[in-house]
Amino acid sequence: MARAELMDFDQALELFEPVIGLEVHVELNTVTKMFSPAPNPANAAYHDAEPNTLVSPVCLGLPGSLPVVNGDAVRKSISLGLALGCDIAESSRFARKNYFYPDLAKDYQISQYDEPIAHDGEVEVEISDGRVFRVPIERAHMEEDAGKLTHVGGATGRIQGAEYSLVDYNRAGVPLVEIVTRPIFGAEADAPEVAKAYVSTIRDIALSLGISEARMERGNLRCDANVSLRPRGQEALGIRTETKNVNSFRSIERAVRYEIQRQAAILAKGGSITQETRHWHEDTGTTSPGRPKSDADDYRYFPEPDLLPVVPSAELIEELRAALPEAPAARRRRLKAEWGFTDLEFQDVANGGLLNEVAETIAAGATPAAARKWWTGELTRLANAADTDAASLATPAQVAELAALVDAGTLTDRLARQVLEGVIAGEGSPQEVVDARGLAVVSDDGPLIAAIDEALAAQPDVLAKIRDGKVQAAGAIIGAVMKAMRGQADAARVRELILERAAAE
Amino acid sequence: MSDITAEQVAHLANLARIALTDDEVTSLTKELGQIMHAVEQVSEVATPDVPATSHPIPMQNVFRDDVVGATLTPAEAVAGAPEHDGARFKVSAILGEEQ
Repeated sequence: MARAELMDFDQALELFEPVIGLEVHVELNTVTKMFSPAPNPANAAYHDAEPNTLVSPVCLGLPGSLPVVNGDAVRKSISLGLALGCDIAESSRFARKNYFYPDLAKDYQISQYDEPIAHDGEVEVEISDGRVFRVPIERAHMEEDAGKLTHVGGATGRIQGAEYSLVDYNRAGVPLVEIVTRPIFGAEADAPEVAKAYVSTIRDIALSLGISEARMERGNLRCDANVSLRPRGQEALGIRTETKNVNSFRSIERAVRYEIQRQAAILAKGGSITQETRHWHEDTGTTSPGRPKSDADDYRYFPEPDLLPVVPSAELIEELRAALPEAPAARRRRLKAEWGFTDLEFQDVANGGLLNEVAETIAAGATPAAARKWWTGELTRLANAADTDAASLATPAQVAELAALVDAGTLTDRLARQVLEGVIAGEGSPQEVVDARGLAVVSDDGPLIAAIDEALAAQPDVLAKIRDGKVQAAGAIIGAVMKAMRGQADAARVRELILERAAAE
Repeated sequence: MSDITAEQVAHLANLARIALTDDEVTSLTKELGQIMHAVEQVSEVATPDVPATSHPIPMQNVFRDDVVGATLTPAEAVAGAPEHDGARFKVSAILGEEQ
């Protein structure tokens, strides 16, 4: 549907209540795959491996090969389940999901069906204005990722028009945890942002657990967004669509918003929604229909006969629970209180994705106010100008050093910004840039007094005003002195000296 | 006796990518019905104190350590493939979509 045919978002919200559900796949960063001892390309050591160099007979489904469960993948899955507030199953088993597609050579995916490792959790999700939503988790189950197909011969690299496809099974068998929410009600106009904030929270949890690299652009974290609408006052849920291929946080928000507007336009005209998967197109900001959603029955799930049940001991679960890091939402509350920021100041930091940078800068010795000022101010400005992340420009240690130089009076804010540019340009640490560029504040009064005397002599009318008690007139002299000193002076000190010199003469 | 319809048999055959003639659908519908009836007899004798099992051996928690083992070279990997480009498997593109 062209964007012009969509219903206005606010109007859609007046007529319908949006209900969303999210499926997030997290690739675990174990050294080896889920069921085979082949190296795992989702582990940093094996990024960008050549095609079919990370495969064993199990990954290729060769006759006679048998899967064996990676114990570390199970532990990481349990940790993730616990961090999602889930109950861990007393007994859990794998199941075969049968389908024919060459991304898995066995013609089935080993997944979990009726006995997932974790179920019934809840995640606190904070949106940009600071409000918190509780997202109910239905289940988190273990499964294997599929291989990658490259379509050859089509004009666009898509399957339409392709002559043939090339298959790389490096990714086949990468350990995945699929996290499925229950329907999320009550988000209303915030539904698109809640969806984005939820996936962002899952990333934060995965990173804090150290179980995944959790980079969406690498496919470590993938999201399918279910959206349905129900007319105001209706109890029954509407028919849902599942939008796939949503590969950035911003796209999640846009895709959910688009589906709400698209479905509302259809329903308002008396049409009906087709239950189907839809593909998100980043370039046009639209979705297009994919295949009709198969019934679960068509996958003919059955218990995986080649694998034994996973029965985590209470001791293991408690050991992993005790090792859980602080939940992202709790950490935010703690940091906000420790730093003494206002709601707005804290949202500035959090929405800029700069919590870790600010925390590390404070740990390196800066005050919370200085750390926040540099990261959300100058560094964010420079990052926006260069279309990159503030975190990629400077390290927390460098920012803390810069703040210390300002505190010590070695640098003014203005000089510090020049030093920061030098640091970003790779000229060394802040102190090294100060030394190399000769940027320190002139703290010796001698040159300052010389410049002041010169300026006073050049502007006798100003001198007369200062002597008459009109001290605000000193501003003109400060400006002249700062210019003469090329900005390398502390304006407050200059002002003090001007008043002294004016009185002395 | 459980009913299984000719439509269900045709649908299953399609999911399994098995081409069946109408005669085969008719005969398989009858045979599968008999098999389901046999399975039903098992249900009759199953009691709540006999837990369902997916495995004949009472074992659980068989894990391996997260340590890299033997892998194949790309040439070995594609050795049995009808078509390949030296490192990747070559498959027909008339395939519908990913699951």
